[in-house]
Amino acid sequence: MISQVEPWVVLSFSAIIFCIGLVGLLIRRNILIVLMCIELMLNAVNLTYVTFSKIQGDMTGQMSVFFIITVAAAESAVGLGLVIALFRTLRTVDTDEIRLLKE
Amino acid sequence: MELSPVFFYLFAGMAIAFSLITIFKKNPASSAFSLVMVFFAFAGIYAVLDAHLIATLQILVYAGAIMVLFIFVIMLLSADTPSFDLGRSHISLRAAAIALGVVLLGVLTWVFKNSAVAPGSGQFSAEQVEQAGGNTQVISELMFSEYLLPFELTSVLLLTAIIGAVAIAKRRAAHVSSPAAKGVRS
Repeated sequence: MISQVEPWVVLSFSAIIFCIGLVGLLIRRNILIVLMCIELMLNAVNLTYVTFSKIQGDMTGQMSVFFIITVAAAESAVGLGLVIALFRTLRTVDTDEIRLLKE
Repeated sequence: MELSPVFFYLFAGMAIAFSLITIFKKNPASSAFSLVMVFFAFAGIYAVLDAHLIATLQILVYAGAIMVLFIFVIMLLSADTPSFDLGRSHISLRAAAIALGVVLLGVLTWVFKNSAVAPGSGQFSAEQVEQAGGNTQVISELMFSEYLLPFELTSVLLLTAIIGAVAIAKRRAAHVSSPAAKGVRS
């Protein structure tokens, strides 16, 4: 067993999660899962902040994560409100059906 | 970097497995519950990285508040029936998305592996944080001195988000009613 975890392994792990979130964002059509993928990507970025904060011995990264978590909470509250408004108008959560501007 | 490899690889494997389940499950409810597990695994990784306050906030805010909101909306819309949107998206689009993800991952990994980060140049090394009373104390002291203004502005942001969410979600089918009725109401 390796006794140390190199910093680039942790950073690459957060890159993996970010890319999984990105792929999910692009291939899914359910708007709830699209929002979940955005949360996944935000989490990956948070982990990058915390890792750099640990490497550098600087607390600014963890303060940024604190504010990002707040913004993510606000974003998901407004986003889910939009989903509810959308569902009330169109009776669907499918992003392919949202083409009111096109018609 | 001093962190326990066993716990890191355990939580990392868990997070990758559950995030793959999140994006490939047909049922939004099972996606949501896998996402809760991803958030717990991230909280474990934060704890391994000595970010104890962030680990706690991760569980409280993400796994607690945000996911409850998600699951509540899934149940409210009764959208928990399996949707076959995954099979419906075009095969070339799916291939392009996965190729983009793999390329981005490769580039990011290459950059992270080959860029040198000067370690430990800041004033909060593990020993200094320990002496100053631990991670939570150090962060709270920073939050109420140097970051006081952003912290206060956060409350404005949350208030705006609350008002916005209520205003968006509460709208009573205004486009159905006739213009005359709308004029009377306003």
